[in-house]
Amino acid sequence: MGAAHGHRLHHHGHSAVHRAPAHLKILVLVGFVLLVVATPREWYAVFAAYAAVVVGTVLVARVPLGWVLRRMVVEVPFLVFAALVPFVAEGPRTEVLGLTVSEPGLVAAWGLAVKGTIGVMASLTLAATTEPTDVLVGLRRLRMPPLLVEIMSFMLRYLDVVTADLGRTLTAMRSRGCEPRSPRHWPVLARSLGALFIRSYERGERVHLAMLSRGYTGTLPTTTGGHEHR
Amino acid sequence: MHVPDGFLDAPTSVATGVVAAAAVGVALRRARTELDDRTAPMAGLVAAFVFAAQMINFPVGAGTSGHLMGGALAAVLVGPWTGLLCVSVVLVVQALFMADGGITALGTNVVLIGVVTALVGYVVFRALQAVLPHRLGTVAPTAAVAAFVSVPVAAAVFSLLFAIGGTAPVDAGKVLTAMLGWHVLIGIGEAVVTGLVVGAVVAVRPDLVRGARPLVAARELEIRTVAA
Repeated sequence: MGAAHGHRLHHHGHSAVHRAPAHLKILVLVGFVLLVVATPREWYAVFAAYAAVVVGTVLVARVPLGWVLRRMVVEVPFLVFAALVPFVAEGPRTEVLGLTVSEPGLVAAWGLAVKGTIGVMASLTLAATTEPTDVLVGLRRLRMPPLLVEIMSFMLRYLDVVTADLGRTLTAMRSRGCEPRSPRHWPVLARSLGALFIRSYERGERVHLAMLSRGYTGTLPTTTGGHEHR
Repeated sequence: MHVPDGFLDAPTSVATGVVAAAAVGVALRRARTELDDRTAPMAGLVAAFVFAAQMINFPVGAGTSGHLMGGALAAVLVGPWTGLLCVSVVLVVQALFMADGGITALGTNVVLIGVVTALVGYVVFRALQAVLPHRLGTVAPTAAVAAFVSVPVAAAVFSLLFAIGGTAPVDAGKVLTAMLGWHVLIGIGEAVVTGLVVGAVVAVRPDLVRGARPLVAARELEIRTVAA
């Protein structure tokens, strides 16, 4: 979904959460969310405890809660879906606010909403407290294949360049009375995307040649230090 | 839409994670044959392109919006393995940095949006190419059909996963019908945009389109003389 892409999710700070090694944070995040997903949805008190852990982490990180909440809009389409589940699910019916809904569906909707929300909030906490370069170092430490980490690092490095390129094209289209989102103007949009692909691909070739001229042999030199600065 | 945390139960999420890791592992080795030592910068830039293309939201109705998945598009443009890698990297970045798609559902999302759409799209593309006349003009429509097929297939695979490890008591048949109906519509949008984008690239740089490369190589140099 389109909201708040880019590096804008990072919230600069120097808290203990910010300073913790990235690979630890990723491991904790994955373990924690797996635990949340595996917890039976009828254990209501346990979910309150999970939520308290996430909110507590956000507070310790000194990231404003409102800042995190605003960025949780990525979750909205999914919450709409969760709200539909009681109406389409099977099982005995029950009355809520004058509407007839499925009882197990209601419980399932609660499970979907609470697990999804805690997951999104936990992931946002990682994004808010960890620089992209640190995440890459963390992933490398977690034995993610080096080539995959390299691809990711190139993508992150040129993400703003490519998206800004597209942004300028869209602005130019709009200034000429063209609405890129409308299917009527898809042919124009598609030509712009085609041009963007060619530009991105050729940029990749130029980057590769520039790397070769600087002694690239097929793998990037690995940084030895635990902490990488930009 | 990306699958969030808690949609599928933990065992299913872990299992799809293993499948996704295996597929990405194979793709890493195969992408080297598609791009040799250019893999990292090229795949990185194409991933950034896929990400940018996904940023454009189309209103689907009822206040929701959808966007390009790009699996089939990437597979036709840069080859199935590199395409799979690019879309997977996009999904990892979205899960880690944008909380878009659950972190435990990452494997599921890579399997559905990365592996299934890229591989199904490419297989359909190649199969159609084998029976259609070998002309550059057929590349874009073929890519469109490939994109159209890839989306409902991904939806069907999702329905299968939901039947195995879904966490809501919704009838599996109902899920399949709803998902297929919805994704046939999304597939039409995906097909139109994919076909137009591939057509635009084929028109100016056919040599960059992996799916058109055999046709470009087979072209003979034509020398025409202009009457003075």
